[in-house]
Amino acid sequence: MIDYDVICIGGGPAGLAAALAAKENGAEKVCIVEREKELGGILQQCIHNGFGLHTFKEDLSGPEYAQKYIDLVKKTDIEIKTDTMVLEITEDKKVYTLNPQDGYKKLNAKAIVLTMGCRERTRGALAIPGTRPAGVITAGTAQKLINIDGYMVGKKVVILGSGDIGLIMARRMTLEGAKVLAVAEIMPYSSGLTRNIVQCLEDYSIPLMLQHTVTDIIGKDRVEAVLISEVDDHFNPVPGSEKRFECDALLLSVGLLPEIELPYAVGIELDKRTRGPIVNEAMETTLSGIFACGNVAHVHDLVDYVSKESKKAGFFAAEYAKENIKDQVAIESLPGEGVSYIVPQKIRPVNCTGDIELYFRVKKVYDQVNLRLKVDDNVIKTVKKRHMAPGEMESIKISTEALTNAKELCIEVLDG
Amino acid sequence: MKTLSTYDVIIIGGGISGTAIASALSEYKLSICLLEKTNDLSNGATKANSGIVHGGYDAEPGTLMAKFNVRGNEIYPDICNKLDVPFTPCGSYVIAFNDEEIEKLNDLRVRGEKNGVPGLEILSAEEIKKNEVNLSSEVKGALYSPTAGVVSPYELCIAFMEHAMDHGADLKYEHEVIEIKKSAKNFIIKTSKGDFSAGVVINAAGVYADKIHNMLLEPSFSIHPRRGEYFLMDKYIGDSVKHVIFQCPNKMGKGVLIAPTAHKNLIVGPNAEDIDLPEANETTQKGLDEVWNKALKTLPELDKSMAITTFSGIRAQADTGDFIVQDYNECPGFIDVAGIKSPGLTAAPAIAEYVCDLVLKYKKVDKRDNYRFARRKIVRFQELSHEERAECVKKDDNYGRIICRCEGITEAEIIDMIHRNAGARTLDAIKRRTRSGGGRCQGGFCSPKIIEILARELGISREEVLKDSSLSTIIIDQTKKEAADD
Repeated sequence: MIDYDVICIGGGPAGLAAALAAKENGAEKVCIVEREKELGGILQQCIHNGFGLHTFKEDLSGPEYAQKYIDLVKKTDIEIKTDTMVLEITEDKKVYTLNPQDGYKKLNAKAIVLTMGCRERTRGALAIPGTRPAGVITAGTAQKLINIDGYMVGKKVVILGSGDIGLIMARRMTLEGAKVLAVAEIMPYSSGLTRNIVQCLEDYSIPLMLQHTVTDIIGKDRVEAVLISEVDDHFNPVPGSEKRFECDALLLSVGLLPEIELPYAVGIELDKRTRGPIVNEAMETTLSGIFACGNVAHVHDLVDYVSKESKKAGFFAAEYAKENIKDQVAIESLPGEGVSYIVPQKIRPVNCTGDIELYFRVKKVYDQVNLRLKVDDNVIKTVKKRHMAPGEMESIKISTEALTNAKELCIEVLDG
Repeated sequence: MKTLSTYDVIIIGGGISGTAIASALSEYKLSICLLEKTNDLSNGATKANSGIVHGGYDAEPGTLMAKFNVRGNEIYPDICNKLDVPFTPCGSYVIAFNDEEIEKLNDLRVRGEKNGVPGLEILSAEEIKKNEVNLSSEVKGALYSPTAGVVSPYELCIAFMEHAMDHGADLKYEHEVIEIKKSAKNFIIKTSKGDFSAGVVINAAGVYADKIHNMLLEPSFSIHPRRGEYFLMDKYIGDSVKHVIFQCPNKMGKGVLIAPTAHKNLIVGPNAEDIDLPEANETTQKGLDEVWNKALKTLPELDKSMAITTFSGIRAQADTGDFIVQDYNECPGFIDVAGIKSPGLTAAPAIAEYVCDLVLKYKKVDKRDNYRFARRKIVRFQELSHEERAECVKKDDNYGRIICRCEGITEAEIIDMIHRNAGARTLDAIKRRTRSGGGRCQGGFCSPKIIEILARELGISREEVLKDSSLSTIIIDQTKKEAADD
């Protein structure tokens, strides 16, 4: 017995957009399962502005952006299960859910869309030496405690990592009365958006220490100080360069990783580069009828791109439920010189019309270079790029015709 | 006049030795109190070690280490089963990279057989390759010890104390022993929070055991802290090895091991560094690098990005070279349990049996009538079948909410661990008992929720909730406090 045509696991921006698109494309019974008590995901704690410039041509806060989608969903008969955790999915698309009201349930779906988002890398993953006091906290957790729960986590703060969350939290902590002493970044450039460097650091005279990292954490009960050292070109700390910063909190903004518990457990193939599931032109994973989009597929810079990608996933999930998807040997997307990954990793032209958008990231900062798109050994196009950086997701379009009967496509940077 | 709390037996130190003894003594009609300096059990060497139940071939025949290791290993499976503590009898390999080390394996086997270790076997490179596909191709042979295993050391420690408390034992946190005096009949123990008296005092104070000993007796040994650093790896690579893999021992200890943990992570470590301060449990770049480089010799493909945390532990190394487990004619009723370094975790239950006999020498009492060697079953929701999960939620709504998504821990499990005997009072105490916050996100998602649960269940404010030690507050202030006050 089928309970739903499409189940979206996660009610953040990806799940909301995917569910709406599935509904619009004719999926009759659509359900969003969300583990928190409210829809919206991490957007609810992102109370700063800068959301929606692409999607709505408006400058919105995170909760406002989420609310626009929540309102659209609520106008439909999409079923919403909040405070509900998915513990397991199966290859034949059973979804095991848990909540206090309904207990432990098995739902049967025709198609599943994985929209769980991502999680933060931790101190442990970096193996930062030192003691293990209170006050070492990921930037997103600090954001939750401050913006949702209303609790401060430090008065004198050092931030490691200049990703967008780190930058945003530097401003947020400052506005809440904390002194942010420095933002240390191991790379020679920030992976955050330029506007955030200006609006969150420069406007508040918070120093950004490029090619620096935290090399020791000091403090028995709470953080008392951290050491920040300069690093060489191989990211090794330069002996003697360490500076001591007296602080009571260290916030970590050192990268995001797709949340892959469910796809891993069910045996979906993962991409070592994106760390998320391998997906095809329909955002379908290596298990038929299970789709993935948004930050669970690959970590995005802007929520607008998450919404756009998830709209596609939701559309195709509905197509799958209607048995409209065709199978075909897939063309492989291969990251060439200077490119770290491409999404989708596989393309079946039979399901495509018009242009296909390829998302990718480069491995380092490039200025004034050419970008080349090849199909098999033929150059399809070469594009001049003024500036590219690993922190900014790039995209390039390719026509479906160019892929007919091809085996692989490749994007590469022509440097020098 | 200050009141004096009187017990038959006082145990100093809430590590694996002290709690194992409390558990063993609770079979008898004795009043027992355990004094712990910190605010949780297992806060010293017990919380930060390899978690290995050793076969028993390492120690010199005739030593207490050899005797208690082999006996401890023998009774471990039953104890863990009865007290519902995660234990995996996975066996261990000591691997050799050259002929010299192969010879050493033979020596170890002979030694093990003298110690009474069952089933020891030397494996060929081919046999090893078959069972452990990821090991370095440089491995030439291994000593296989089938009775070795892995345990969750802090959970066993906590289980021992819970078992003792279920039979009436008392546990006093943040009671640091300052002075002990012997009167005609009793010992008077002065602590940071009040005075106690007891006929029998057991010194299980870990790295501080020499100081406690010296309060009553002439110095006869000294304890030196030795630090070992570790990596704990993600469960995604938890099955990289099937057995505990030791490198061949050298004079600084057993070398770096790689092992599955009782919770199916992978543990890598330790190094061995003599340090000055017993509190110096920080990790260092040098130490972590040393551990990692040595580990790569065993498992060349080990992926550092799969680390979920690093930590260090302090072992209590006695200058006598052996465990010190004894009473003294010149001070009847005082029992040392000191210098309990590796294989102390394995030895603890056997030490407890032995100490129990010593105590009964001083206090001739009967066994309890309603004694049960068991504790109330722990529900581990993640390990249940679909049907059992459904049943659980029907009985208690709190099973319906997952708090720790990495390890799949429900709110009911966390609440249970707060209200059991020897219950959790801090974030790290919850982690040790339930694994919430010990998974790959290291508490990123669950810690705000656990702060809320701890505050609610303990009747304190969130600002008072601690990460670990008694000053380790997590929240500094409320953001809207002034607005709320207006």
